Amino acid sequence: MPFVNFLKRNLVVLAGLVTLAYLLLPNIVVTVFSFNQPKGRFNYEWQQFSTDAWKDPCGVADMCGSLSLSLQIAFWATLGATVLGTMIAFALVRYRFRARGTVNSLIFLPMAMPEVVMAASLLTLFLNMGAQLGFWTILIAHIMFCLSFVVTAVKARVMSMDPRLEQAAQDLYAGPVQTFLRVTLPIAAPGIAAGALLAFALSFDDFIITNFNAGSTVTFPMFVWGSAQRGTPVQINVIGTAMFLIAVLLVLTSMVIGNRRNKQKA
Amino acid sequence: MKTTDSSGDVRLSGISKTYGSFTAVHPLDLTVPQGSFFALLGASGCGKTTTLRMIAGLEEPTTGTVRLGDQDVTALPPYKRPVNTVFQSYALFPHLDIFENVAFGLRRRGIKSVKKQVEDMLELVQLGEQARKKPHQLSGGQQQRVAVARALINHPKVLLLDEPLGALDLKLRRQMQLELKRIQTEVGITFVHVTHDQEEAMTMADTVAVMNAGRVEQLGAPTDLYENPQTTFVANFLGTSNLIEAEVDTKSGDDIVLKAGGGKLVLPEARCSAPTTAGGRVLVGVRPEKISLTHADDAGEIPEGRNRVTGRIADASFIGVSTQYVIDSPVCDELAVYVQNVERDGRLVPGAEVVLHWNPAHTFGLDATQDIDAGIEEEAV
Amino acid sequence: MATLTEAPPPLTPTAPEKKPPRKRGRLTPYWLLLPGILWLIVFFALPMIYQASTSVQTGSLEAGYKVTWHFATYWDALSEYWPQFLRSIAYAASATVLCLLLGYPLAYLIAFRAGRWKNLVMILVIAPFFTSFLIRTLAWKTILADGGPVVGALNTLHVLDITGWLGWTAGDRVLATPMAVVCGLTYNFLPFMILPLYTSLERIDGRLHEAAGDLYARPWTTFRKVTFPLSMPGVVSGTLLTFIPAAGDYVNAELLGSTDTRMIGNVIQTQFLRILDYPTAAALSFILMAGILLMVTVYIRRSGTEDLV
Repeated sequence: MPFVNFLKRNLVVLAGLVTLAYLLLPNIVVTVFSFNQPKGRFNYEWQQFSTDAWKDPCGVADMCGSLSLSLQIAFWATLGATVLGTMIAFALVRYRFRARGTVNSLIFLPMAMPEVVMAASLLTLFLNMGAQLGFWTILIAHIMFCLSFVVTAVKARVMSMDPRLEQAAQDLYAGPVQTFLRVTLPIAAPGIAAGALLAFALSFDDFIITNFNAGSTVTFPMFVWGSAQRGTPVQINVIGTAMFLIAVLLVLTSMVIGNRRNKQKA
Repeated sequence: MKTTDSSGDVRLSGISKTYGSFTAVHPLDLTVPQGSFFALLGASGCGKTTTLRMIAGLEEPTTGTVRLGDQDVTALPPYKRPVNTVFQSYALFPHLDIFENVAFGLRRRGIKSVKKQVEDMLELVQLGEQARKKPHQLSGGQQQRVAVARALINHPKVLLLDEPLGALDLKLRRQMQLELKRIQTEVGITFVHVTHDQEEAMTMADTVAVMNAGRVEQLGAPTDLYENPQTTFVANFLGTSNLIEAEVDTKSGDDIVLKAGGGKLVLPEARCSAPTTAGGRVLVGVRPEKISLTHADDAGEIPEGRNRVTGRIADASFIGVSTQYVIDSPVCDELAVYVQNVERDGRLVPGAEVVLHWNPAHTFGLDATQDIDAGIEEEAV
Repeated sequence: MATLTEAPPPLTPTAPEKKPPRKRGRLTPYWLLLPGILWLIVFFALPMIYQASTSVQTGSLEAGYKVTWHFATYWDALSEYWPQFLRSIAYAASATVLCLLLGYPLAYLIAFRAGRWKNLVMILVIAPFFTSFLIRTLAWKTILADGGPVVGALNTLHVLDITGWLGWTAGDRVLATPMAVVCGLTYNFLPFMILPLYTSLERIDGRLHEAAGDLYARPWTTFRKVTFPLSMPGVVSGTLLTFIPAAGDYVNAELLGSTDTRMIGNVIQTQFLRILDYPTAAALSFILMAGILLMVTVYIRRSGTEDLV
């Protein structure tokens, strides 16, 4: 009976942990198979332990090139989307103007649109304009779909900010520019950072829109997609595992530092 | 409410709560008789809310038992206890209208025809018109009444109120104090009320328990607590007290004679909660409004048999109904004196030499080993 | 007898201002908006119009296309590809329901039960995002491999008999069946369900749970009558964030499915990038967009989230 009671009381916890396992299982598989030494061209079946791929992560033709291209695009797309998105967010929260509704729907629609629709229509535009598909068309597309997410993230933060803080700054002799740089921006910073992080992740990992608008340029997701047809090198798993570990480590260190700061304050 | 029925008694025995190494409530025995309006008063963090939550079943006591009448409810989950709570800031369900909020408890107990009861209850709290509104459409005072109605409709044996008026502004709070008192008299249910507002506790409750650092400092009727506090915490937390350090000199009849700053003060022995061996130290207390102020030139007119202290006015603030003076005196640095503005003596200005005098029957004595300033920091709202 | 020093009335929190205050510099907001909005107009709105026009053009790649208001393209596209449309909706709906069933307990766990593990669990939900989703989707090929432990277990438990009878799986295989595709879709969009659910659960005042318990609601009733209704905003946005991208997805169908599990996204992709039949592709994409917008609007109206606090 105690066991049944325990089960009843913790049913939701157990169910949640099952879901968590479902979410993490592929990452575990990716990690384990980065130490595989497959027989054929595909790395789907376990053969033999090997660290070959880890010793030579760029040993596959074009892969590291595509990785660096993806990083570059993600960097510039993040920069562009963050600057433009932050400006829009401030305009939306801090000012009254006409056509607010239209602007809001223009922000909302890209997030409510299946990627394939945006991808296809953007390609139609580029084809009609006779644009050369490649780095620039990818960058344009990425800034476009990251923009809305940055606006949403920054808006949430700026909205929760007490407008009296800015009034207080002005009362204490800070001009508009000073107020913005010394009060508004620091307070909005976490929102901007969250938006930028999201934009980076979205851009770096985007496949559908990129696939339509890349022409013959190959980003990292496109390389993975192609390899699913031609044969999956183990190095893909190495990159995947490394990205996962770096992300977790970064988050954990930032958390530890945050905790320590809080403790020092207390 | 005089009644011999004890099914609504709340009996706490040896109840305590610890979180890790922190003791929120020290083992506590308390009986709240059926039909009474009982207040737990204390500053935030004193353990009063934890005590209330243990009665409600929202917190499991570390030791001890909770009884309602003869029934031990310690192990019962909240949804099986015949006890209802009016939560701090109400916890009204935002997705349900007023009617459904009030009907919630009845429906959970499988009662089908709730309409009549809910309407009657809304009538009692004067919200009949608002039945189909959502909580956020009501004012704070109205929300508060919904919270009371939602709990009362279940005819609980005990109604628990956790800072029910804390979110209201001062004027509304006064009004709701009277309202709650009226409702309690009408329904005759035991009310246990948690508050940090001493005035609220004293206006509403029959019995007040003053809590400090997880312990009950003193328990009694509001007048007893105010007129005859037994600890420095209660003396300072409930209103203001002048506490003068004194030495026991002699006893004469029912009175103790004390030496303080060269003068003598008389204290009825019955009003002293401290040991009174000759030469021992005692804190002599007197409330500021019990003291009369006479200009030193008229000292001769003061009747015999009153306790007297001399001093000089350091500060006077006029606040309409009365004037509050701060007096520097050899016996004590800052004595507070409140004088009703009936006939104002124009000579009583800062710098004036005065004599303070009061009826010895208003004096109380406290154990001098306590912290003389206990309860001052936590002075209620 | 009470104290004579009256406390000041407590500061009532000022209601959030509905409209931002007007500031000096009337043109400032427009300057702030201009670059971003222009970007969205040129690279989001304008392409939609181009696409609409393309869908009613006729011609060929060699001879060029002309607008001829040829609406028959829509009819042809629908009559030829309606199975893919239906399949997309069915797969996306199944994945959405699965995401809700799987995601709710985890969101609940993070919001109310995780205690000091809360941040860690949260990181574990988000961290997989940082590995390319294509790599993670390919991992499902290994997990669901023929004769692998998962398929073996399902076989022993006779689950595959039932799913096979329902047409979700075929024989001893899970890979290249509808179940594999739905499994992949569920996996890929699960975080989009969990995060909004968590946000709205987190906002629920814990005292409401206590109040429900105090008013005789057992834990399950409390969930049904209080927690779930209050989490509706999260449920609605979570289901939308899952359903919309899932309905347009073609990656899972391509990597985990077969030719029998092609979704509308696969068709659009093939038409655009391989067959180069732009009018048909544009029409299909337009139908998909219109269909989703319609469903979303009806859904938001019906779920009545505007009415929730």
